[in-house]
Amino acid sequence: MPIAKSDIIARLKKDILPLEGLKVIQAGEEPDLGLGIINSAFPYGNFPLGAVHEFISEGPESESATTGFISGLTGSLMKKGGVLVWISASRKVFPPALQQFGIRPERIIFIDLQKEQDRLWTIEEALKCSGLAAVVGEINELSFTSTRRFQLAVEQSRVTGFIIRTNSKNLHTNACVSRWKIKSIPSEFLDDLPGLGFPRWQVELLKMRNGKPGIWQIEWSSGRFRFILETLPSLLLEQKRKTG
Amino acid sequence: MAQRFVTIWFRQLKTDWFINRQPSLRSKPFVLASPDHGRMVITEANDLARAEDVVDGMVVADARAIIPSLHVLDDPPGLTEKLLKSIAVWCIRYTNIVAIDPPNGIIMDVMGCAHLWGGELNYIREINLHFKNRGYQVRATMADTIGAAWAVAHYGNTNPIVEPGMQYHELLGLPPSALRLENATVERLHKLGLHQIQHFITMPRAALRRRFGKALLLNLDRALGNKDEPILPIFPIEPWRERLPCLEPIVTATGIEIALQRLLETLCIKLQKEEIGIRKAVFTSFRVDGKEEKIEIGTHRASYNRSHLFKLFENKICTIEPALGIELFMIEAVRTERCSPRQENLWDSTTGLQDSGLSELLDRLTNRFGSSPIRRFLPAEHHLPEYSYKESTELREIPTTTWMVDRPRPLQLLSRPQSIEVAAPIPDYPPMHFRYLGKLHIIKKADGPERIEQEWWIQDGPLRDYYAVEDEKGQRFWLFRSGHYREDKTPQWFIHGFFA
Repeated sequence: MPIAKSDIIARLKKDILPLEGLKVIQAGEEPDLGLGIINSAFPYGNFPLGAVHEFISEGPESESATTGFISGLTGSLMKKGGVLVWISASRKVFPPALQQFGIRPERIIFIDLQKEQDRLWTIEEALKCSGLAAVVGEINELSFTSTRRFQLAVEQSRVTGFIIRTNSKNLHTNACVSRWKIKSIPSEFLDDLPGLGFPRWQVELLKMRNGKPGIWQIEWSSGRFRFILETLPSLLLEQKRKTG
Repeated sequence: MAQRFVTIWFRQLKTDWFINRQPSLRSKPFVLASPDHGRMVITEANDLARAEDVVDGMVVADARAIIPSLHVLDDPPGLTEKLLKSIAVWCIRYTNIVAIDPPNGIIMDVMGCAHLWGGELNYIREINLHFKNRGYQVRATMADTIGAAWAVAHYGNTNPIVEPGMQYHELLGLPPSALRLENATVERLHKLGLHQIQHFITMPRAALRRRFGKALLLNLDRALGNKDEPILPIFPIEPWRERLPCLEPIVTATGIEIALQRLLETLCIKLQKEEIGIRKAVFTSFRVDGKEEKIEIGTHRASYNRSHLFKLFENKICTIEPALGIELFMIEAVRTERCSPRQENLWDSTTGLQDSGLSELLDRLTNRFGSSPIRRFLPAEHHLPEYSYKESTELREIPTTTWMVDRPRPLQLLSRPQSIEVAAPIPDYPPMHFRYLGKLHIIKKADGPERIEQEWWIQDGPLRDYYAVEDEKGQRFWLFRSGHYREDKTPQWFIHGFFA
């Protein structure tokens, strides 16, 4: 009875997802972050909110690309008037520039803490605070225990967490629902104008719990993500080849 | 800031009040009298009666001999206090520290109040005019000390305002009774020919004390401002303070926690009734050996949330050294603020900076790390990127200007521009390549220059020509050249930020 079997699997999957920290969402309940086709990689077809996402970056250039992508996501999270807490070792973000990502810079609280241990504690405390729109934390080394603690915190509060890791030595498995890598790619103007175009990134979803990893190229233009279509088929093929 | 006081002297407090109630009395000589040792003694006479040499303290029968048609009214006991009290309550609009000065005066501490009425002269004029319209004969005066103001009100004859620091000169020409002395002392001074304060103000203090008692020196010092004069405001500024004495000295942390919880409970219930929240509180433990141990907390938003406040104190309890034991605990709300009631949350459901969860989070962080690592930024009207935003100290502060968005700005800004090696064509083309942290970046695309000049009214320095550039990998940077090209010196190039 193949039909019954697939039904059972689907039902079991549905039961397992909430246990893994991915709450069932009804259509229209969560804001659309404008991720377009990337959404197909997520278990419910929408960017998982109320979860902790991990971003890997190497060096200051890729860190700023990662910051840009996260800003684009949090911009739509903050539309309802929430507050963002940004925890870092020493603040590098330039507040006036966040305006282009739909964030009102005065609604961000920056917390600078030198010690990694203090930052971990602060991120956890912030994730427990249900009034926030999102929490961004910059951490170099992350243990399984601490990510598990983050996960427990967000399951209660439904806050979305973004962890930016720069130059991490070991990338062990942890309890974050996803792992991303964002890289800048050359920008382009449509009609061959000189100068810089809109920021473009290669978004690489390395891991997604119960989802499908993938690579996409996107551009941030006039306040939203735009997909670069012509490059897509080849990338998808490459991705297929990798995942089999 | 120097203290300033206003005294208001009601020359005819009670008779004016009677005239107000019975306007027909205005044209008649009348007196108020009360029984004293079986006689009726005059307590206050009106102006018409005074003109006929009827004075306070005279027996009514004697006064009747002078003015046969004299009208005598009963002086209800306690009238003075009642009148002054109600006037003082009314005066609360001028300042919040008002005290009564029986039998016929009001004292107000007006430090920092007069400018609201457009200066001291207008302030005094407004007070005088108000009471005149109400039918009272008053003289309001202002000085640095209560004594000087009182003296000028009763005995000065010109300017109602004693300029700051001028009370010494103002007092010189006044009679000794202007110092609020007992009658016996005043009489003795007059007997010795000391008719004005200037006659004895320079005498040795020891001599004055021996002859006229301590009161003279004390009043003189108070009038000159050498000694503080306490006043009792009718609305005492009530401290938010709770005390908990212990039967047995307490030495354990658990004991301290219980004491703290109890104190917070009583204090928070009181605060809640008044809708006042704590911004800063001190918990003091009085030890058996007479020493005090203090711990202090602060909050970002006025709060009377017991458990939250307890959590803030909790981390610091371990710093209290009980030694031989603590016999008294005291909690005091040092800084309080109006606390908007919870009800507002019903319709204000947007989670924002006013969210109580957020302020409680910040309190916990401040308690652990201090307030310096927590920052929030507001726009500032400057073009130089490092000055284009400023720190905000209050969560409720809203931007006074808008964020500038018309120019490209990098998402990450280096706190200090770092110098780089470039190869750039003269005069104002973007560089062809540059070296940063040992890596060579070949520039493929560039925008600029955007020239930002120094703000000469703030600081000197070379101008900056900013370029947004992109290298062969698509990484985007914000570079600038510091200053113009010159014959003798090549300008320095810097990297200032990274675009997303």
